[in-house]
Amino acid sequence: MEAGEAKSKKAGGSRLCCICNQRRPVLKRPKTLQQICRECFYEVFEEEIHQVIVGNRLFKSGERVAIGASGGKDSTVLAYVLSELNRRHNYGLDLFLLSIDEGITGYRDDSLETVKRNEVQIVSYKDLYGWTMDEIVKMIGLKNNCTFCGVFRRQALDRGAALLKVDKLVTGHNADDIAETVLLNILRGDIARLSRCTSITTGEDGPIPRCKPFKYTYEKEIVMYAYFKKLDYFSTECIYSPNAYRGFAREFIKDLERLRPRAILDIIKSGEDFRIATTTKMPEQGTCERCGYISSQKWCKACVLLEGLNRGLPKMGIGRPRGSGNDQKDTKARSTAKSIESKQCGSLEF
Amino acid sequence: MCLFSCCSMIDLRRIMCRGGLELLCDSEKIHKVNVDLPNGAESDDFTMKHLLSWVRTNLIKERPEMFMKGDTVRPGVLVLVNDCDWELSGQLDTRIEEKDVIVFISTLHGG
Repeated sequence: MEAGEAKSKKAGGSRLCCICNQRRPVLKRPKTLQQICRECFYEVFEEEIHQVIVGNRLFKSGERVAIGASGGKDSTVLAYVLSELNRRHNYGLDLFLLSIDEGITGYRDDSLETVKRNEVQIVSYKDLYGWTMDEIVKMIGLKNNCTFCGVFRRQALDRGAALLKVDKLVTGHNADDIAETVLLNILRGDIARLSRCTSITTGEDGPIPRCKPFKYTYEKEIVMYAYFKKLDYFSTECIYSPNAYRGFAREFIKDLERLRPRAILDIIKSGEDFRIATTTKMPEQGTCERCGYISSQKWCKACVLLEGLNRGLPKMGIGRPRGSGNDQKDTKARSTAKSIESKQCGSLEF
Repeated sequence: MCLFSCCSMIDLRRIMCRGGLELLCDSEKIHKVNVDLPNGAESDDFTMKHLLSWVRTNLIKERPEMFMKGDTVRPGVLVLVNDCDWELSGQLDTRIEEKDVIVFISTLHGG
């Protein structure tokens, strides 16, 4: 067989791109199983995200928007595509980069170098809470690390957004992430989260609303986009993540995707269409007595976890709560606790 | 006519490991390799299946389970042959030829 023919046969050259019918396909889309060329891929990728943004009315002209930028694949592609679409379709947005430094040596300090090449606002756990993740893990051990980090990061993003005086926060959560979260919440029986986790915009009644333009975007396509466009991103697993429960959901989703790629979007659809029985008791939303942050308990999770850390009680706030949490009220004011921790969200001065 | 019918090895331009996979290969992102064909095999029989097995033996220095699961790559690892998704060329049955460029990208990390 001719070498040239062999090569083109191997590359699917006997077929052409499904969309333009002109060029050689380079990718098989998991969403649609279509074989498409590079140029058409860029077009559908960007256009679909534009449609998600417009169809869900994610932004209003003139808004200041912070992009949660970790230097990883999703946030790097997000920053690139959002600024491109902002320009191309005249969204009229003022875009900013916001990064959180959790204080994980060898992970975050490296990834932040990638982000720092642009102008970026960095908020650190050390400044906000008085603890780095490395210090936290030293105290609590290798379990429940993600609980602390996730809770702290959520607040840290809000604080950073308040510093930047933005109207909205966007994060790079992709379809795979959201499908994993749906499964995770089912596995844990977390009905409150299950009802919220597929919303494309959340926190509209809180300090800063946040949205996920990549909600229907497959992780595979994000990586391929970054690869073909030669976007530089940082890619290491957080050293504490191997112990995370989410890992099981992720493994399962990846296996599912191999068998039936559409499953990821279908899980999201199922999540969107869940309705909670009216007889199910749901937590009521209020505010934290200590810091004023949004909370369904007397104290918000971050305050509970911090209190545990500062008192040397690493298990505080972990696991199912017993009683009404009255024991949290009996704490003396900590002279060592930084005053920053008790400030109301949005009222920080730096 | 096949250009390499008398060779017993395939010279790949490079194998690239991205997305964190390079950590399994002594942090080398790019490898230029000559792959010896299995005994008696014809060079047109050399597929990704053979290459994966070769990579696992020769390039992966630690935690092979992060790279492969069974006969194929771990779900979440993307494979490109000459910048083309291997799903288009038959995945494991993709024929590998002289001077091919193979890229493995892991997606299994934070974004």
